Amino acid sequence: MAKVLMKGNEAMALAAIKGGCDAFYGYPITPQNELPEYLSKHMKENGRVFVQSESEVAAINMVYGAAGGGARVLTSSSSPGIALKQEGISYLTGAELPAVIINVMRGGPGLGGIQPSQADYKQITRGGGNGDYYLYSLAPESLQEAVNLIKESFDIADYFRNPVMIAVDGLIGHMMEPVDFEQEIPKWDLKEKTWAADGMRGKRDKNVINSLYLDPQDLEDHNYKLLDKYNEMKEKHQRYELVNMDKADIAIVAFGSTARIARSAVEMLEEEGINCGIIRPITIYPFPSKAFDEIPSSVKDLLVVEMSTGQMIEDVKIVNEGKLPVHFYGRVGGIVPEAEEIVNKVKEIVGEK
Amino acid sequence: MAKTKTVYKKSPGLSDFPLSYCPGCTHGVIHKLVAECLTELDVLERSVGIGSVGCSALNYDFFSFDMFQAAHGRAPAVATGLKRVRPDTMVFTYQGDGDLASIGIAEAIHAAHRGENITIVFVNNAIYGMTGGQMAPTTLVGQKTTTSPDGRDPQHSGFPLRIAEMMATIPGATYVERVSVHDPKHVNKAKKALKKAFEIQKNNQGFSLIEFISTCPVNWGMTPKEAIDWAVDNMIPYYPLGVYKDKTKEDNA
Ligand SMILES: Cc1ncc(C[n+]2csc(CCOP(=O)(O)OP(=O)(O)O)c2C)c(N)n1
Ligand code: SF4
Repeated sequence: MAKVLMKGNEAMALAAIKGGCDAFYGYPITPQNELPEYLSKHMKENGRVFVQSESEVAAINMVYGAAGGGARVLTSSSSPGIALKQEGISYLTGAELPAVIINVMRGGPGLGGIQPSQADYKQITRGGGNGDYYLYSLAPESLQEAVNLIKESFDIADYFRNPVMIAVDGLIGHMMEPVDFEQEIPKWDLKEKTWAADGMRGKRDKNVINSLYLDPQDLEDHNYKLLDKYNEMKEKHQRYELVNMDKADIAIVAFGSTARIARSAVEMLEEEGINCGIIRPITIYPFPSKAFDEIPSSVKDLLVVEMSTGQMIEDVKIVNEGKLPVHFYGRVGGIVPEAEEIVNKVKEIVGEK
Repeated sequence: MAKTKTVYKKSPGLSDFPLSYCPGCTHGVIHKLVAECLTELDVLERSVGIGSVGCSALNYDFFSFDMFQAAHGRAPAVATGLKRVRPDTMVFTYQGDGDLASIGIAEAIHAAHRGENITIVFVNNAIYGMTGGQMAPTTLVGQKTTTSPDGRDPQHSGFPLRIAEMMATIPGATYVERVSVHDPKHVNKAKKALKKAFEIQKNNQGFSLIEFISTCPVNWGMTPKEAIDWAVDNMIPYYPLGVYKDKTKEDNA
């Protein structure tokens, strides 16, 4: 199919429809409003459900209800709204319900600002709600990648019976880019949702959607069952991209919009004769540790670039195991780092040698 | 051989799981009514109950049909999510007064406000049972609880919330009634009210809420008999029984 030029938030909304989303529940918040606005019109046209909830707390619990009934469900929000959804997200994981959550990140803490940010990294990858759980979390760098991953995310959520988080920022939400909605996406082996609680209909025994296990042994068993899923994500479903790593002297580690800016920095550095590569995590949970096994011996330093004061850097340090010096460059408050700033930081590190 | 006649049997809407409620607690009676109404309306096979957080949190074991366990106060949102994608299910929430009138009041109001085609079974026992007897928004003035040891003082904690009256003011609500289960006559009346609420849902006529005056002998510090008397003498005067809203009548008028 021909490419169409669309605004990020709307393209992500259409991708959800293409991914077979049956229902959307959400509450307005900048910078993601065009996404529910688009769905308010187009879900209905397609005979699907759209409800503007009274709060993010209600939205995520509506997701719990619809997902428990076997539907493919989406909610979207931005950082403070995601914070409010954390209780419900914890329940979704506990009750093993699939759902897709799009987070168009903005700056914090508190009401923060409405400009792009990546300061939800910990909120996304460290749980955020109570208990031992994780979300399969994807951080696209372009609209095309966002569209493909969102289409696929409904399958991923169903496969794991676990929520999937799509982590983008206001840059991706608001940029215009040509996108092809019909690109092939990976296939997942999905089973029928025999666990769904939407009426027995004389066909089966009763189903229960629940995260309560009062018996400690039952709860421990349940936690280990969940852990098996997270381990499978870690072992088999890490995603990342290595850019220009072959002869690199230094590697930038960056995800989402920041990785995209790093690409420009790498080109500028090349003109100045500096070999710089990029390790781009596509899954931020599971963190792509395997990418670090592939770092060539030419690389002497790692530079983590984030739109935060340094959150992903903790994961980089964990997988690096003290092997290479880990440097950091970040901008916060909604300020997007310029490629020149990254170039200067790289030159500063390389020049010290 | 003497002939036997069945005069009473357990509703097929209930499972064989033993109830976990304290002796004399009226939660059990209310479960029985829910099960009987859904059975009589012949909808058990497409019913889904949304349990909440409170003493009834384990009721996914007590009913014989599909159940959800919802986060504290969020059952009406869970019910909304489910009902919208599966409109041919019969969906009800089962919520205590801490769950609905306190932490979950927004979800209850907005489910009514949107006119969701669901039924709320609201159990008002004027206290937080599960957590050991703290003050609820529905605790009566002067009533002693573990967090109002000198009795509820309205200067400090406000006056008890009348949920049925409040929900009846919401334009989206179709049917709101307050009932009690303190004696057989009132149990029968309560069953009629609940059945009407489920019928309204079955006919796609929208949102219904039935408030049940219920007892908590354990946390009230009373025997079951004293608790029943206390509900009749103290709760019903402040929480009068009756129909607070019936849009099915208004629509016909
Ligand atoms: C978010 C959250 N806050 C608090 C609790 C603790 N909690 C469990 S039950 C309950 C009160 C239940 O009281 P009520 O709804 O009146 O039901 P009852 O037990 O009286 O039937 C509370 C506060 C919880 N489980 N979750
Ligand atoms: S604590 Fe109160 S409400 Fe809970 S089961 Fe016992 S009597 Fe019933």
